[in-house]
Amino acid sequence: MMGAEFVQLSLPPIVIGILAAIACALPGNFLLLRRQALIGDAISHVVLPGIVAAFLVTGTIAAWPMMIGAAVAAIVAVVLIEIVKRLGRVEPGAAMGLVFTTLFAAGVLFLERSDTSSVHIDVEHALLGNLESLIWFDAEGWHSLLDPVALATLPPQLSRLAITLAAMIVFLTLFWKELKISTFDAAFAGAIGIHTRLLGFALVVATAIAAVAAFDAVGSIIVIAMFVCPPAAARLMTNRLDHQVGWSVIFATISAILGYVLAGYGPGWFGSPYAVSAAGMIATIAGIILGLACLFGPQRKRTSQSAAGA
Amino acid sequence: MNSAELIAESGRIVDVAGKDAPLTVRGLTVSYGHKPAVFSVDASIPAGSMTAIIGPNGAGKSTFLKGVLGVVPRLSGEVRIFGHPFAQSRKRVAYVPQRASVDWDFPARVIDVVLMGLYVDIGLFRLWGTRHRQQAMACLDRVGMADFADRQIGQLSGGQQQRVFLARALAQNADFYLLDEPFAGVDAATERAIVDVLKSLRDEGRTVVCVHHDLSTVTDYFDRVLLINVRRIAEGPTLTTFTPENLQETYGGRLAATHIDELRLSAG
Repeated sequence: MMGAEFVQLSLPPIVIGILAAIACALPGNFLLLRRQALIGDAISHVVLPGIVAAFLVTGTIAAWPMMIGAAVAAIVAVVLIEIVKRLGRVEPGAAMGLVFTTLFAAGVLFLERSDTSSVHIDVEHALLGNLESLIWFDAEGWHSLLDPVALATLPPQLSRLAITLAAMIVFLTLFWKELKISTFDAAFAGAIGIHTRLLGFALVVATAIAAVAAFDAVGSIIVIAMFVCPPAAARLMTNRLDHQVGWSVIFATISAILGYVLAGYGPGWFGSPYAVSAAGMIATIAGIILGLACLFGPQRKRTSQSAAGA
Repeated sequence: MNSAELIAESGRIVDVAGKDAPLTVRGLTVSYGHKPAVFSVDASIPAGSMTAIIGPNGAGKSTFLKGVLGVVPRLSGEVRIFGHPFAQSRKRVAYVPQRASVDWDFPARVIDVVLMGLYVDIGLFRLWGTRHRQQAMACLDRVGMADFADRQIGQLSGGQQQRVFLARALAQNADFYLLDEPFAGVDAATERAIVDVLKSLRDEGRTVVCVHHDLSTVTDYFDRVLLINVRRIAEGPTLTTFTPENLQETYGGRLAATHIDELRLSAG
């Protein structure tokens, strides 16, 4: 199981799954604390009309046009949400719900009405991605990890996600203080000179980039789950922001590894010859971890209750 | 009303407190949507004073503070802090928002919140060191919260949370303190402790402005008042400005005449 076949078939999807999960979970921590967790959901939904539009314009399914289309759609969605919020005077959650369902529906309609049936864009692919297909043809075993020729044939999603994750870590590290202060107390942050609106927009853009990069490899199910589940579970483990972010990385990693392994090998343990969707299983594991944290997490009690009695 | 105040009322000059006064505001207007929350308010706060901003709910008191600090966009008006635009005087100003405006379930300890007050001191792309922690502890000690440094902020009572907010402002070591309802929902001991700290700040020559709700304590705590109800009603020393007539004008029918009498105003 851990030999050449593992390196060729399972290692790349697992690593890609981990990179995608962490890249989404990291900004998810701040989105959750800003009560903007839905924005990850919104962005990953509008990616569909974005890539369909990119296909209609360019006529190819190459990665870059798709990703640019998705990124443009994400920014359009963020702007639309802001407009609906201001003009409609509705709460942010309602504005996000309205915009992303509408755009996702538009994406499905686009897909149905346009001649994309001949190429590999479909709703299922958009939702679940194609994690199992991201195999490393030229790998002959663990030693291939040291072979530059073989490394060059790694799935391109891997390097894209690695760069995305690295950029995310740099962004969060450089603006850690600013993000923390403006998330806790936006008015105070504004008064001491932090550009809270710009920072909030930067966080959403970083989220969109992570969503688009991860979407291509793993589909929107994982993206949506990872923005919310690991940070929410991590919040129940600790009362410190730095520790919360650490826990979210651990939970995202466990979800990706355990989810992939269970999807690939789990059904066999129950006598079924078929594997189940890795993306679905990874998201399910993330949900189970959140459930366990709700039941057993040390900080699951709402602290404001104890404050009320004091 | 003295002559300087009269001149200010005519709208021609408002810098009666001096050119480099902690705060000079001319014609400040802030609007949410179409209806102005603060309309053409003038104010002039002299150094070393302690001023209460008073007015009914929805009168724009908090919005006035936020407009002064640029936390909400100004529609019009000019704000000078120590004779300069706020961006240039930022380091000399500490702002304490309403306690209820933040989520106290945020994953942070008491010391983490106080360290936020040292943000400008620490600088971009850097983290706090031992020196900053010692400074923050000294500020917590001043509000009687040193024993709570490692406590999660959600576990604090309302009064303790307000003390932590004050400690964060103290950490900023400012010359001008703006506080939004620092006594809202706090216990009597905390109110006493906060007043003592604010008065000691004033005695050090710093300037304090509070949005304040409890009319019965105005004469005890503050030497100046600014009465606002969307527009500025009156501004000046408590002794001469905190009068039944001005309160009636500020609160309209919302403040019963008997309640004003109960305040037993010196000038009433």
